[in-house]
Amino acid sequence: MSDTPPPVRRRLPLTWLGLLPFVLFVALFLIAPTMKIVLGAFQRADGSFTFENIAGLFTDSILSSYWISIKISVASAALGCLVGFLMAAAMVLGGLPRAIRSPLLTFSGVASNFAGVPLAFAFLATLGPLGLVTLALKTHLGINLRVYGFNILSFWGLTITYLFFQIPLMILIITPALDGLKREWREAAQCLGASGAQYWRMVALPILFPSILGTFALLFANAFGAVATAIALTGSSLNIVPIMLFAQIRGDVLGNPHLGYAMAFGMILITGVANVLYIVLRMRSERWLK
Amino acid sequence: MKRAAAWAILLLGMAYFILPLLGMVEFSLSMKRGVYSLEAYRVVLADPRFRETFTFSVVMALLTIVVGMAIVVPTAFWVRLKMPGLRPYVEFVTLLPLVIPAIVIVFGYIRLYNTSSALPLTGTIFGTNLLLVFGYVTLSLPYMYRAVDTGLRTIDVATLTEAAQSLGAGWATILARVILPNVLVSVLSGAFVTFAIVMGEFTMAALLNRPAFGPYLQLMGANRAYEPFALATIAFVITWACMGLIQLVTRFSKHDKAAR
Repeated sequence: MSDTPPPVRRRLPLTWLGLLPFVLFVALFLIAPTMKIVLGAFQRADGSFTFENIAGLFTDSILSSYWISIKISVASAALGCLVGFLMAAAMVLGGLPRAIRSPLLTFSGVASNFAGVPLAFAFLATLGPLGLVTLALKTHLGINLRVYGFNILSFWGLTITYLFFQIPLMILIITPALDGLKREWREAAQCLGASGAQYWRMVALPILFPSILGTFALLFANAFGAVATAIALTGSSLNIVPIMLFAQIRGDVLGNPHLGYAMAFGMILITGVANVLYIVLRMRSERWLK
Repeated sequence: MKRAAAWAILLLGMAYFILPLLGMVEFSLSMKRGVYSLEAYRVVLADPRFRETFTFSVVMALLTIVVGMAIVVPTAFWVRLKMPGLRPYVEFVTLLPLVIPAIVIVFGYIRLYNTSSALPLTGTIFGTNLLLVFGYVTLSLPYMYRAVDTGLRTIDVATLTEAAQSLGAGWATILARVILPNVLVSVLSGAFVTFAIVMGEFTMAALLNRPAFGPYLQLMGANRAYEPFALATIAFVITWACMGLIQLVTRFSKHDKAAR
Protein backbone atom coordinates (compact mmCIF):
# COMPACT_ATOMS: atom_id res chain seq x y z
CA MET A 1 0.00 0.00 0.00
CA SER A 2 2.64 2.45 1.00
CA ASP A 3 4.84 1.98 -2.06
CA THR A 4 4.90 4.95 -4.39
CA PRO A 5 3.92 4.46 -8.03
CA PRO A 6 6.75 3.98 -10.49
CA PRO A 7 7.48 7.30 -12.24
CA VAL A 8 7.69 5.73 -15.73
CA ARG A 9 3.95 5.17 -16.11
CA ARG A 10 2.28 8.51 -16.49
CA ARG A 11 -1.31 7.30 -16.45
CA LEU A 12 -1.77 6.40 -12.81
CA PRO A 13 0.03 8.95 -10.60
CA LEU A 14 -2.77 11.51 -10.23
CA THR A 15 -5.29 9.04 -8.80
CA TRP A 16 -2.73 7.83 -6.28
CA LEU A 17 -2.12 11.36 -5.09
CA GLY A 18 -5.55 11.51 -3.48
CA LEU A 19 -4.57 8.78 -1.05
CA LEU A 20 -1.18 10.28 -0.27
CA PRO A 21 -2.13 12.16 2.94
CA PHE A 22 -3.76 9.06 4.39
CA VAL A 23 -0.93 6.74 3.37
CA LEU A 24 1.67 9.14 4.76
CA PHE A 25 -0.19 9.55 8.04
CA VAL A 26 -0.73 5.85 8.54
CA ALA A 27 2.85 5.03 7.57
CA LEU A 28 4.28 7.59 9.99
CA PHE A 29 2.00 7.18 12.98
CA LEU A 30 0.74 3.62 12.83
CA ILE A 31 2.91 1.34 10.71
CA ALA A 32 6.36 2.79 11.37
CA PRO A 33 6.02 2.87 15.20
CA THR A 34 4.70 -0.68 15.20
CA MET A 35 7.48 -1.88 12.89
CA LYS A 36 10.02 -0.15 15.11
CA ILE A 37 8.79 -2.25 18.04
CA VAL A 38 8.60 -5.47 16.04
CA LEU A 39 12.09 -5.01 14.57
CA GLY A 40 13.45 -3.85 17.92
CA ALA A 41 12.30 -7.12 19.45
CA PHE A 42 14.76 -8.92 17.18
CA GLN A 43 17.71 -6.55 17.56
CA ARG A 44 20.61 -6.05 19.93
CA ALA A 45 21.50 -2.55 21.13
CA ASP A 46 23.94 -2.23 18.18
CA GLY A 47 21.21 -3.17 15.70
CA SER A 48 22.34 -6.69 14.86
CA PHE A 49 19.78 -9.48 14.53
CA THR A 50 19.10 -11.70 17.54
CA PHE A 51 16.56 -13.94 19.22
CA GLU A 52 17.97 -13.08 22.66
CA ASN A 53 15.18 -10.63 23.50
CA ILE A 54 12.46 -13.11 22.70
CA ALA A 55 14.31 -15.74 24.68
CA GLY A 56 14.60 -13.19 27.48
CA LEU A 57 10.82 -13.24 27.82
CA PHE A 58 11.01 -16.77 29.14
CA THR A 59 11.84 -15.80 32.68
CA ASP A 60 9.57 -16.57 35.61
CA SER A 61 8.38 -13.02 36.27
CA ILE A 62 7.58 -12.17 32.64
CA LEU A 63 6.01 -15.53 31.89
CA SER A 64 3.83 -15.28 34.96
CA SER A 65 2.71 -11.80 33.95
CA TYR A 66 1.68 -13.12 30.54
CA TRP A 67 -0.05 -16.02 32.22
CA ILE A 68 -2.07 -13.77 34.59
CA SER A 69 -2.96 -11.50 31.69
CA ILE A 70 -4.13 -14.42 29.59
CA LYS A 71 -6.14 -15.85 32.49
CA ILE A 72 -7.87 -12.52 33.18
CA SER A 73 -8.56 -12.00 29.48
CA VAL A 74 -9.97 -15.52 29.07
CA ALA A 75 -12.12 -15.25 32.20
CA SER A 76 -13.51 -11.82 31.37
CA ALA A 77 -14.07 -12.76 27.72
CA ALA A 78 -15.82 -16.03 28.60
CA LEU A 79 -18.05 -14.46 31.25
CA GLY A 80 -18.65 -11.45 29.01
CA CYS A 81 -19.75 -13.74 26.18
CA LEU A 82 -22.00 -15.78 28.45
CA VAL A 83 -23.73 -12.90 30.23
CA GLY A 84 -23.88 -10.76 27.10
CA PHE A 85 -25.39 -13.64 25.16
CA LEU A 86 -28.01 -14.30 27.85
CA MET A 87 -28.94 -10.63 28.04
CA ALA A 88 -29.14 -10.25 24.26
CA ALA A 89 -31.17 -13.46 23.97
CA ALA A 90 -33.53 -12.28 26.72
CA MET A 91 -33.95 -9.00 24.85
CA VAL A 92 -34.39 -10.43 21.34
CA LEU A 93 -36.13 -13.77 21.95
CA GLY A 94 -37.59 -13.44 25.46
CA GLY A 95 -40.85 -11.83 24.38
CA LEU A 96 -40.03 -8.57 26.14
CA PRO A 97 -41.52 -5.30 24.95
CA ARG A 98 -39.57 -3.87 22.01
CA ALA A 99 -39.38 -0.53 23.78
CA ILE A 100 -36.48 -1.74 25.98
CA ARG A 101 -34.36 -2.62 22.97
CA SER A 102 -33.23 0.80 21.87
CA PRO A 103 -32.30 2.10 25.38
CA LEU A 104 -30.43 -1.12 26.14
CA LEU A 105 -28.41 -0.91 22.92
CA THR A 106 -27.67 2.78 23.51
CA PHE A 107 -26.57 2.01 27.05
CA SER A 108 -24.35 -0.77 25.70
CA GLY A 109 -22.76 1.76 23.39
CA VAL A 110 -22.01 4.04 26.33
CA ALA A 111 -20.83 1.29 28.68
CA SER A 112 -18.51 -0.28 26.11
CA ASN A 113 -16.85 3.14 25.78
CA PHE A 114 -16.77 3.80 29.52
CA ALA A 115 -13.46 2.09 30.18
CA GLY A 116 -10.25 3.37 31.63
CA VAL A 117 -9.64 5.23 34.83
CA PRO A 118 -13.25 6.29 35.67
CA LEU A 119 -14.41 2.69 35.40
CA ALA A 120 -11.84 1.60 37.93
CA PHE A 121 -13.11 4.27 40.35
CA ALA A 122 -16.71 3.16 39.87
CA PHE A 123 -15.78 -0.34 40.95
CA LEU A 124 -13.62 0.83 43.84
CA ALA A 125 -16.67 2.73 45.08
CA THR A 126 -18.78 -0.40 44.80
CA LEU A 127 -16.69 -3.43 45.65
CA GLY A 128 -13.72 -1.76 47.29
CA PRO A 129 -13.17 -2.11 51.06
CA LEU A 130 -15.61 0.76 51.74
CA GLY A 131 -17.72 0.29 48.65
CA LEU A 132 -21.48 0.43 48.37
CA VAL A 133 -22.04 -3.30 47.86
CA THR A 134 -19.32 -4.36 50.27
CA LEU A 135 -20.85 -2.31 53.10
CA ALA A 136 -24.42 -3.28 52.25
CA LEU A 137 -23.55 -6.95 52.33
CA LYS A 138 -21.75 -6.53 55.62
CA THR A 139 -24.39 -4.51 57.49
CA HIS A 140 -27.57 -6.03 56.08
CA LEU A 141 -26.66 -9.62 55.35
CA GLY A 142 -23.67 -10.10 57.58
CA ILE A 143 -21.52 -11.22 54.66
CA ASN A 144 -17.97 -9.98 54.85
CA LEU A 145 -16.44 -10.26 51.40
CA ARG A 146 -12.93 -10.11 52.85
CA VAL A 147 -13.56 -13.28 54.81
CA TYR A 148 -14.31 -15.01 51.54
CA GLY A 149 -10.98 -13.80 50.22
CA PHE A 150 -12.48 -11.29 47.80
CA ASN A 151 -10.37 -8.26 47.04
CA ILE A 152 -11.06 -5.77 44.27
CA LEU A 153 -7.29 -5.53 43.62
CA SER A 154 -7.09 -9.13 42.51
CA PHE A 155 -7.67 -11.48 39.63
CA TRP A 156 -11.43 -11.66 40.18
CA GLY A 157 -11.72 -7.99 41.04
CA LEU A 158 -10.12 -7.05 37.71
CA THR A 159 -12.19 -9.62 35.83
CA ILE A 160 -15.47 -8.32 37.30
CA THR A 161 -14.43 -4.77 36.42
CA TYR A 162 -13.52 -5.69 32.83
CA LEU A 163 -16.96 -7.24 32.42
CA PHE A 164 -18.39 -3.72 32.48
CA PHE A 165 -17.10 -3.12 28.95
CA GLN A 166 -17.02 -6.76 27.82
CA ILE A 167 -20.72 -7.56 28.31
CA PRO A 168 -22.00 -4.52 26.36
CA LEU A 169 -19.61 -5.25 23.49
CA MET A 170 -20.95 -8.81 23.32
CA ILE A 171 -24.54 -7.48 23.35
CA LEU A 172 -23.76 -5.05 20.53
CA ILE A 173 -22.15 -7.71 18.34
CA ILE A 174 -24.42 -10.69 19.03
CA THR A 175 -27.79 -8.89 18.76
CA PRO A 176 -27.67 -8.71 14.93
CA ALA A 177 -26.72 -12.40 14.85
CA LEU A 178 -29.70 -13.28 17.06
CA ASP A 179 -31.93 -11.14 14.85
CA GLY A 180 -30.67 -13.19 11.93
CA LEU A 181 -32.03 -16.47 13.34
CA LYS A 182 -34.94 -17.18 11.04
CA ARG A 183 -38.33 -18.09 12.43
CA GLU A 184 -38.61 -20.82 9.80
CA TRP A 185 -35.64 -22.71 11.25
CA ARG A 186 -37.36 -23.00 14.61
CA GLU A 187 -40.66 -23.98 13.00
CA ALA A 188 -38.94 -26.55 10.80
CA ALA A 189 -37.22 -28.04 13.84
CA GLN A 190 -40.51 -28.19 15.73
CA CYS A 191 -42.23 -29.89 12.79
CA LEU A 192 -39.56 -32.56 12.96
CA GLY A 193 -40.38 -33.03 16.65
CA ALA A 194 -37.52 -31.10 18.23
CA SER A 195 -37.92 -29.75 21.77
CA GLY A 196 -36.79 -26.25 22.66
CA ALA A 197 -33.52 -27.54 24.06
CA GLN A 198 -32.91 -29.68 20.98
CA TYR A 199 -33.54 -26.70 18.71
CA TRP A 200 -30.93 -24.69 20.60
CA ARG A 201 -28.41 -27.49 20.79
CA MET A 202 -28.70 -28.73 17.21
CA VAL A 203 -29.79 -25.70 15.17
CA ALA A 204 -29.40 -22.29 16.77
CA LEU A 205 -26.14 -22.72 18.65
CA PRO A 206 -24.23 -24.32 15.75
CA ILE A 207 -25.31 -21.38 13.57
CA LEU A 208 -24.37 -18.83 16.23
CA PHE A 209 -21.21 -20.63 17.28
CA PRO A 210 -18.79 -18.86 14.90
CA SER A 211 -20.20 -15.48 16.00
CA ILE A 212 -19.87 -16.34 19.67
CA LEU A 213 -16.36 -17.74 19.32
CA GLY A 214 -15.33 -14.82 17.15
CA THR A 215 -16.63 -12.32 19.67
CA PHE A 216 -14.81 -14.25 22.37
CA ALA A 217 -11.56 -13.68 20.49
CA LEU A 218 -12.37 -9.99 20.13
CA LEU A 219 -13.19 -9.62 23.83
CA PHE A 220 -10.01 -11.48 24.70
CA ALA A 221 -7.91 -9.01 22.71
CA ASN A 222 -9.91 -6.15 24.20
CA ALA A 223 -9.11 -7.21 27.76
CA PHE A 224 -5.51 -8.06 26.96
CA GLY A 225 -4.74 -4.57 25.72
CA ALA A 226 -6.58 -2.70 28.51
CA VAL A 227 -4.05 -0.60 30.40
CA ALA A 228 -5.72 2.32 32.12
CA THR A 229 -8.35 0.39 34.06
CA ALA A 230 -5.76 -1.99 35.43
CA ILE A 231 -3.34 0.74 36.45
CA ALA A 232 -5.99 2.89 38.13
CA LEU A 233 -7.47 -0.10 39.94
CA THR A 234 -4.48 -2.04 41.12
CA GLY A 235 -1.57 0.36 40.80
CA SER A 236 1.27 -2.09 40.44
CA SER A 237 0.05 -4.78 42.83
CA LEU A 238 -0.99 -7.11 40.04
CA ASN A 239 1.71 -7.88 37.51
CA ILE A 240 -0.16 -8.12 34.24
CA VAL A 241 1.57 -7.49 30.90
CA PRO A 242 0.22 -3.98 30.16
CA ILE A 243 1.18 -2.77 33.64
CA MET A 244 4.66 -4.24 33.34
CA LEU A 245 5.12 -2.73 29.89
CA PHE A 246 3.90 0.63 31.20
CA ALA A 247 6.50 0.53 33.99
CA GLN A 248 9.14 -0.60 31.52
CA ILE A 249 8.45 2.33 29.15
CA ARG A 250 8.45 4.77 32.06
CA GLY A 251 11.60 3.60 33.75
CA ASP A 252 13.17 0.53 32.13
CA VAL A 253 12.41 -1.69 35.14
CA LEU A 254 13.61 -4.76 33.29
CA GLY A 255 17.04 -3.20 32.85
CA ASN A 256 17.10 -3.91 29.12
CA PRO A 257 15.27 -1.64 26.65
CA HIS A 258 15.09 -4.35 24.02
CA LEU A 259 13.29 -6.66 26.42
CA GLY A 260 10.55 -4.00 26.44
CA TYR A 261 10.29 -4.31 22.66
CA ALA A 262 10.00 -8.05 23.02
CA MET A 263 7.19 -7.70 25.60
CA ALA A 264 5.31 -5.29 23.32
CA PHE A 265 5.87 -7.67 20.41
CA GLY A 266 4.36 -10.47 22.49
CA MET A 267 1.31 -8.30 23.09
CA ILE A 268 0.86 -7.54 19.37
CA LEU A 269 1.27 -11.22 18.59
CA ILE A 270 -1.43 -12.30 21.05
CA THR A 271 -3.96 -9.58 20.18
CA GLY A 272 -3.15 -10.09 16.49
CA VAL A 273 -3.86 -13.83 16.60
CA ALA A 274 -7.09 -13.19 18.52
CA ASN A 275 -8.23 -10.63 15.96
CA VAL A 276 -7.39 -12.83 12.97
CA LEU A 277 -9.49 -15.53 14.63
CA TYR A 278 -12.32 -13.02 15.02
CA ILE A 279 -12.20 -12.00 11.35
CA VAL A 280 -12.07 -15.58 10.08
CA LEU A 281 -14.93 -16.70 12.29
CA ARG A 282 -16.98 -13.65 11.41
CA MET A 283 -16.68 -14.43 7.72
CA ARG A 284 -17.84 -17.96 8.49
CA SER A 285 -20.84 -16.77 10.47
CA GLU A 286 -21.89 -14.33 7.75
CA ARG A 287 -22.36 -17.26 5.39
CA TRP A 288 -25.45 -18.30 7.35
CA LEU A 289 -26.72 -15.05 8.67
CA LYS A 290 -27.03 -13.16 5.39
CA MET B 1 -42.27 -18.71 32.40
CA LYS B 2 -39.97 -17.83 29.53
CA ARG B 3 -40.80 -14.15 29.78
CA ALA B 4 -40.19 -14.20 33.55
CA ALA B 5 -36.77 -15.77 32.99
CA ALA B 6 -35.97 -13.16 30.35
CA TRP B 7 -36.93 -10.36 32.74
CA ALA B 8 -34.87 -11.93 35.53
CA ILE B 9 -31.75 -12.17 33.34
CA LEU B 10 -32.15 -8.64 32.10
CA LEU B 11 -32.77 -7.14 35.54
CA LEU B 12 -29.83 -9.01 37.07
CA GLY B 13 -27.66 -7.81 34.22
CA MET B 14 -28.83 -4.24 34.61
CA ALA B 15 -28.17 -4.41 38.36
CA TYR B 16 -24.55 -5.24 37.57
CA PHE B 17 -24.32 -2.11 35.42
CA ILE B 18 -26.25 0.23 37.67
CA LEU B 19 -24.64 -0.66 41.02
CA PRO B 20 -21.13 0.60 40.14
CA LEU B 21 -22.59 3.81 38.79
CA LEU B 22 -24.65 4.22 41.97
CA GLY B 23 -21.61 3.48 44.11
CA MET B 24 -19.58 6.03 42.19
CA VAL B 25 -22.19 8.76 42.49
CA GLU B 26 -22.88 7.94 46.15
CA PHE B 27 -19.19 8.21 47.01
CA SER B 28 -18.85 11.46 45.14
CA LEU B 29 -21.67 12.97 47.22
CA SER B 30 -20.50 11.85 50.65
CA MET B 31 -17.47 14.05 51.25
CA LYS B 32 -19.22 15.70 54.21
CA ARG B 33 -19.86 13.21 56.97
CA GLY B 34 -23.47 12.10 57.39
CA VAL B 35 -25.06 14.22 54.67
CA TYR B 36 -25.05 14.16 50.88
CA SER B 37 -23.42 17.25 49.48
CA LEU B 38 -21.77 18.50 46.32
CA GLU B 39 -18.65 19.32 48.32
CA ALA B 40 -16.39 17.00 46.30
CA TYR B 41 -17.57 18.61 43.06
CA ARG B 42 -16.97 22.07 44.52
CA VAL B 43 -13.43 21.12 45.54
CA VAL B 44 -12.73 19.55 42.17
CA LEU B 45 -14.11 22.44 40.15
CA ALA B 46 -12.07 24.89 42.22
CA ASP B 47 -8.85 22.97 41.59
CA PRO B 48 -6.79 24.85 38.99
CA ARG B 49 -5.20 21.56 37.92
CA PHE B 50 -8.67 20.29 37.02
CA ARG B 51 -9.35 23.30 34.84
CA GLU B 52 -5.95 23.06 33.16
CA THR B 53 -6.12 19.35 32.39
CA PHE B 54 -9.77 19.48 31.40
CA THR B 55 -9.18 22.38 29.02
CA PHE B 56 -6.09 20.65 27.66
CA SER B 57 -8.07 17.51 26.89
CA VAL B 58 -10.95 19.46 25.32
CA VAL B 59 -8.51 21.29 23.04
CA MET B 60 -6.77 18.01 22.18
CA ALA B 61 -10.12 16.38 21.40
CA LEU B 62 -11.18 19.23 19.11
CA LEU B 63 -7.83 19.21 17.31
CA THR B 64 -8.07 15.44 16.94
CA ILE B 65 -11.50 15.76 15.36
CA VAL B 66 -10.33 18.47 12.92
CA VAL B 67 -7.12 16.67 11.91
CA GLY B 68 -8.83 13.29 11.78
CA MET B 69 -11.67 14.48 9.60
CA ALA B 70 -9.27 16.36 7.33
CA ILE B 71 -7.59 13.01 6.68
CA VAL B 72 -10.57 10.65 6.78
CA VAL B 73 -13.23 12.52 4.77
CA PRO B 74 -11.14 13.14 1.61
CA THR B 75 -9.69 9.63 1.80
CA ALA B 76 -13.03 7.88 2.16
CA PHE B 77 -14.45 10.08 -0.61
CA TRP B 78 -11.53 9.43 -2.93
CA VAL B 79 -11.59 5.69 -2.34
CA ARG B 80 -15.33 5.52 -3.05
CA LEU B 81 -15.02 7.65 -6.17
CA LYS B 82 -11.77 6.60 -7.81
CA MET B 83 -10.43 3.43 -6.23
CA PRO B 84 -13.31 1.28 -5.00
CA GLY B 85 -11.08 -1.76 -5.38
CA LEU B 86 -8.86 -0.50 -2.58
CA ARG B 87 -11.73 -0.03 -0.13
CA PRO B 88 -11.28 -3.32 1.78
CA TYR B 89 -7.55 -2.64 2.19
CA VAL B 90 -8.03 0.93 3.40
CA GLU B 91 -10.73 -0.25 5.79
CA PHE B 92 -8.43 -2.98 7.08
CA VAL B 93 -5.69 -0.44 7.76
CA THR B 94 -8.10 1.83 9.63
CA LEU B 95 -9.10 -1.10 11.84
CA LEU B 96 -5.49 -1.86 12.82
CA PRO B 97 -5.54 0.47 15.86
CA LEU B 98 -8.09 -1.91 17.38
CA VAL B 99 -5.58 -4.74 17.00
CA ILE B 100 -2.39 -3.01 18.06
CA PRO B 101 -2.74 -1.90 21.71
CA ALA B 102 -2.40 1.85 22.27
CA ILE B 103 0.47 1.25 24.69
CA VAL B 104 2.47 -0.40 21.90
CA ILE B 105 1.79 2.43 19.44
CA VAL B 106 2.87 5.10 21.92
CA PHE B 107 5.94 3.02 22.82
CA GLY B 108 6.83 3.14 19.12
CA TYR B 109 6.33 6.94 19.07
CA ILE B 110 8.66 7.41 22.02
CA ARG B 111 11.39 5.36 20.36
CA LEU B 112 10.85 6.69 16.85
CA TYR B 113 10.41 10.40 17.48
CA ASN B 114 12.80 11.00 20.38
CA THR B 115 15.36 13.78 20.45
CA SER B 116 18.06 11.77 18.70
CA SER B 117 15.88 10.85 15.71
CA ALA B 118 15.34 12.53 12.35
CA LEU B 119 11.96 13.88 13.44
CA PRO B 120 12.48 14.86 17.11
CA LEU B 121 8.83 15.52 17.98
CA THR B 122 9.20 14.67 21.67
CA GLY B 123 11.97 17.27 22.03
CA THR B 124 9.58 20.21 22.36
CA ILE B 125 6.24 20.67 24.13
CA PHE B 126 4.62 21.70 20.89
CA GLY B 127 6.02 18.65 19.12
CA THR B 128 4.83 16.32 21.88
CA ASN B 129 1.35 17.83 21.79
CA LEU B 130 1.33 17.36 18.04
CA LEU B 131 2.40 13.75 18.46
CA LEU B 132 -0.37 13.24 21.01
CA VAL B 133 -2.96 14.62 18.57
CA PHE B 134 -1.67 12.27 15.87
CA GLY B 135 -1.82 9.41 18.36
CA TYR B 136 -5.42 10.25 19.19
CA VAL B 137 -6.25 10.48 15.49
CA THR B 138 -4.78 7.00 15.10
CA LEU B 139 -6.85 5.67 18.01
CA SER B 140 -10.07 7.13 16.62
CA LEU B 141 -9.35 6.13 13.00
CA PRO B 142 -11.53 2.97 13.16
CA TYR B 143 -14.55 4.88 14.45
CA MET B 144 -14.16 7.94 12.23
CA TYR B 145 -13.54 6.00 9.04
CA ARG B 146 -16.41 3.63 9.61
CA ALA B 147 -18.80 6.49 10.39
CA VAL B 148 -17.83 8.55 7.33
CA ASP B 149 -17.75 5.57 4.99
CA THR B 150 -21.23 4.52 6.09
CA GLY B 151 -22.42 8.07 5.47
CA LEU B 152 -20.90 8.08 1.98
CA ARG B 153 -22.67 4.85 1.13
CA THR B 154 -26.06 6.52 1.44
CA ILE B 155 -25.31 9.21 -1.14
CA ASP B 156 -24.47 8.95 -4.82
CA VAL B 157 -20.89 10.19 -4.69
CA ALA B 158 -20.17 9.88 -8.41
CA THR B 159 -23.25 11.76 -9.62
CA LEU B 160 -22.85 14.51 -7.04
CA THR B 161 -19.21 14.94 -7.99
CA GLU B 162 -19.95 15.06 -11.71
CA ALA B 163 -22.76 17.53 -11.19
CA ALA B 164 -20.49 19.76 -9.11
CA GLN B 165 -17.67 19.46 -11.66
CA SER B 166 -19.93 20.38 -14.54
CA LEU B 167 -20.83 23.52 -12.62
CA GLY B 168 -17.12 24.32 -12.41
CA ALA B 169 -16.32 23.26 -8.87
CA GLY B 170 -12.79 22.24 -7.91
CA TRP B 171 -11.95 19.37 -5.55
CA ALA B 172 -11.87 21.58 -2.47
CA THR B 173 -15.29 23.04 -3.27
CA ILE B 174 -16.74 19.60 -3.95
CA LEU B 175 -15.49 18.28 -0.62
CA ALA B 176 -16.43 21.29 1.48
CA ARG B 177 -19.73 22.30 -0.11
CA VAL B 178 -21.15 19.13 -1.63
CA ILE B 179 -19.80 16.04 0.11
CA LEU B 180 -19.35 17.35 3.66
CA PRO B 181 -22.88 18.73 4.09
CA ASN B 182 -24.27 15.43 2.85
CA VAL B 183 -22.33 13.31 5.32
CA LEU B 184 -22.43 15.83 8.16
CA VAL B 185 -24.43 13.53 10.43
CA SER B 186 -21.88 10.73 10.04
CA VAL B 187 -19.03 13.17 10.55
CA LEU B 188 -20.68 14.42 13.73
CA SER B 189 -21.25 10.92 15.15
CA GLY B 190 -17.61 10.08 14.42
CA ALA B 191 -16.62 13.34 16.10
CA PHE B 192 -18.60 12.64 19.27
CA VAL B 193 -17.14 9.16 19.68
CA THR B 194 -13.69 10.66 19.19
CA PHE B 195 -14.42 13.33 21.78
CA ALA B 196 -15.47 10.71 24.34
CA ILE B 197 -12.38 8.60 23.66
CA VAL B 198 -9.92 11.47 23.90
CA MET B 199 -11.43 12.92 27.09
CA GLY B 200 -10.90 9.69 29.00
CA GLU B 201 -7.66 8.54 27.37
CA PHE B 202 -4.89 7.74 29.81
CA THR B 203 -2.11 5.63 28.35
CA MET B 204 -0.82 7.87 25.57
CA ALA B 205 -1.04 11.11 27.54
CA ALA B 206 0.64 9.54 30.58
CA LEU B 207 3.52 8.02 28.62
CA LEU B 208 4.07 11.21 26.63
CA ASN B 209 3.93 13.17 29.90
CA ARG B 210 1.21 15.57 28.84
CA PRO B 211 -1.12 17.17 31.43
CA ALA B 212 -4.36 15.59 30.15
CA PHE B 213 -7.54 14.76 32.03
CA GLY B 214 -6.91 10.98 32.14
CA PRO B 215 -3.55 11.10 33.95
CA TYR B 216 -4.94 13.78 36.30
CA LEU B 217 -7.79 11.43 37.15
CA GLN B 218 -5.37 8.64 37.92
CA LEU B 219 -3.21 10.94 40.06
CA MET B 220 -6.23 12.11 42.06
CA GLY B 221 -7.29 8.49 42.51
CA ALA B 222 -3.98 7.68 44.11
CA ASN B 223 -4.01 10.68 46.46
CA ARG B 224 -7.56 11.75 47.36
CA ALA B 225 -10.57 10.08 48.89
CA TYR B 226 -13.74 11.57 47.42
CA GLU B 227 -12.69 13.84 44.57
CA PRO B 228 -11.81 10.99 42.18
CA PHE B 229 -15.40 9.79 42.28
CA ALA B 230 -16.70 13.25 41.45
CA LEU B 231 -14.26 13.31 38.52
CA ALA B 232 -15.30 9.83 37.40
CA THR B 233 -18.94 10.92 37.50
CA ILE B 234 -18.06 13.94 35.36
CA ALA B 235 -16.25 11.64 32.91
CA PHE B 236 -19.24 9.34 32.75
CA VAL B 237 -21.59 12.26 32.08
CA ILE B 238 -19.31 13.36 29.21
CA THR B 239 -19.43 9.87 27.67
CA TRP B 240 -23.22 9.80 28.07
CA ALA B 241 -23.56 13.26 26.57
CA CYS B 242 -21.49 12.31 23.52
CA MET B 243 -23.53 9.16 22.90
CA GLY B 244 -26.77 11.06 23.48
CA LEU B 245 -25.70 13.71 20.97
CA ILE B 246 -25.03 10.98 18.39
CA GLN B 247 -28.58 9.70 18.85
CA LEU B 248 -29.87 13.23 18.65
CA VAL B 249 -28.13 14.18 15.38
CA THR B 250 -29.11 10.86 13.81
CA ARG B 251 -32.74 11.35 14.75
CA PHE B 252 -32.66 15.01 13.75
CA SER B 253 -31.32 14.14 10.30
CA LYS B 254 -34.02 11.52 9.71
CA HIS B 255 -36.61 14.10 10.59
CA ASP B 256 -34.89 16.56 8.32
CA LYS B 257 -34.98 14.19 5.36
CA ALA B 258 -38.61 13.24 5.90
CA ALA B 259 -39.66 16.88 5.89
CA ARG B 260 -38.12 17.57 2.52
